[in-house]
Amino acid sequence: MIPYVACVLLFLIGLYVVISKRNLIKIVIGFSLIEYAVNLFFALVGFKKGALAPIITTLEQVRMGVNRNFVDPVPQALVLTAIVIGLSTTALMLSLAMRLYEKYKTFDISEIRRLKG
Amino acid sequence: MEGRILPLFVAIPLAGAFLVPLLSKLWSRFSDLIASIASALLLGISIYSWLIISAAGVPLHYWVGGWRLIGIAMWFDALTALVVFIINIVGFCATIYSIRYLDRYTSGRWKFFTLLLLLIAGLNGLAISGDLFNMFVFIEISAIASYALVAFGTEEEEVEAAFKYMVLGEVGGAILLFGIALLYARASTLNLAHLSQVLAGMGRTPFYWFVIATLLVGFAIKMGMEPFHAWLADAHFSAPAPISAMLSGVFIKITGVYGMCRLMFNVFGVSRLETPAFFNLLIAFGAVSMVLGGLLAYTQSDYKRLLAYSSISQIGYLLVALGIGNFWGIAGALFHIIAHALAKGTLFLAAGSVERQAGTRNLEQLRGLERVMPATTWSHIIASFSMAGLPPFAGFFSKLFIIIGALTARMYWLAFLAALFSAVTLGYLTKVVNLSFFARKDEPPTTAREAPALMVLATLLLVVLVLAAGLGFKGVLDHLVGPAAKVLLNGLEYARLVLGG
Repeated sequence: MIPYVACVLLFLIGLYVVISKRNLIKIVIGFSLIEYAVNLFFALVGFKKGALAPIITTLEQVRMGVNRNFVDPVPQALVLTAIVIGLSTTALMLSLAMRLYEKYKTFDISEIRRLKG
Repeated sequence: MEGRILPLFVAIPLAGAFLVPLLSKLWSRFSDLIASIASALLLGISIYSWLIISAAGVPLHYWVGGWRLIGIAMWFDALTALVVFIINIVGFCATIYSIRYLDRYTSGRWKFFTLLLLLIAGLNGLAISGDLFNMFVFIEISAIASYALVAFGTEEEEVEAAFKYMVLGEVGGAILLFGIALLYARASTLNLAHLSQVLAGMGRTPFYWFVIATLLVGFAIKMGMEPFHAWLADAHFSAPAPISAMLSGVFIKITGVYGMCRLMFNVFGVSRLETPAFFNLLIAFGAVSMVLGGLLAYTQSDYKRLLAYSSISQIGYLLVALGIGNFWGIAGALFHIIAHALAKGTLFLAAGSVERQAGTRNLEQLRGLERVMPATTWSHIIASFSMAGLPPFAGFFSKLFIIIGALTARMYWLAFLAALFSAVTLGYLTKVVNLSFFARKDEPPTTAREAPALMVLATLLLVVLVLAAGLGFKGVLDHLVGPAAKVLLNGLEYARLVLGG
């Protein structure tokens, strides 16, 4: 139970950073925390205590059919995909932050308000 | 019925996005050519697939690699047909419009078309996906392309809007992924049909409602529903005009509304009789979006910002119509997706033409455009009438169906509100027409010339469809909207069709 609670806490910390911090880079860091929290949660979903990595190594295992003592491999594959998506969003976010710095000469979001939205 | 054509919906735009940067090194115009061909092909196969399923009466399916439930599933039913048609018709018009529109940017033509094709690939992929995780991946593909496109001009406002949009959009994406993880933890499957059977066996537990709430927050952010609307006006205002048309007309409705509908109706199996709480929630948030968006639109003096707030209001209409939950309500919502996508697409393209030709889009400065840009003006006026729900245009019938739905469900105040905000829509759109398009006698018109032929052509194509969907509303209702509404109404039928076929 504790790891799940830790995930939710990490998520909330990230959300707090995104909402309350004014520095663009800190916002990006906060977003990364949110993403890690979700990825960690997803990986935990497939975890089984004392189980093996889901790799079939011997012919014996193939003959016996699916070995029940494997952790669930699907969440791991999905998290891998989510990490790749996270990489591209972080890269794009940071490059936008760089462009903003070039234009406004500041990382402070409260000074970046040309839009009156 | 097996549909070997389905992977093409993703493969064509992805191949195009790959070829554009490669071949545009040889000749810069290859990027226009490839993007136009790819989007025309997509429009062709979406109409072809729709003809197949309406002739055969059964949906198309495709299991990638033959892995069935553990692999990637693709699914094309009447609802997908509607959504894919809208994506590709607006996508095609935006593409051919962009060819001349991009002249105002000094460089980066191929980047624009690559990103536009990726945006279309993501939306098409989401529409045909029959698998929860793939839906998420395609939502992210289109979302990332849209962030980059909003920032395309790299001016201060554009980058600022893109950053704000991206932070909020990605938080929404993370919440969606969290919901998916929760669902997988319980059900151990990602296939939508299989998931729906597992959920049906679980009953309406607190867990069920918690997952619904999580996913709804994610989709609400993606569709710009109140109170998550802040990013939308800035992003749609700053993006290049054809991208605003794609975002406002298509993106928020497909990633937000279609994604939500598919999951809630076909997987969670909500229905007005069994889970009224869900529908009342949609009505409440929808009504707030409709009212606030409409009122905010009224106060804007910038052409595109006005249109962006109007999109929030129209999303409100959609949610209210879905919340009514009977046949007319849902058919009205789906008809409204078509009507609004075509009309809002036209309005944004017209706004782009005005901006390009007149050099400003401040409503106070534009005068008498009717005399100098007649085609653009009349496109704008017809699309405005459709948005406001005047007969015989498409918007009239969608609002009529919504009001019929509200009346048959005995929600009289809702019918009144919908009718009232039709009038408000008419109000803020005629404000634009009065201020900018028709001159007062003593004032000379703004100096401008009619937009280039390709841009006018793209705008006119959408306007003609607005008119056609209105005049031929019976056909649209019988062949496109009606079957799609039935897919949503018989929610759990979906699982039976997929697993049986």
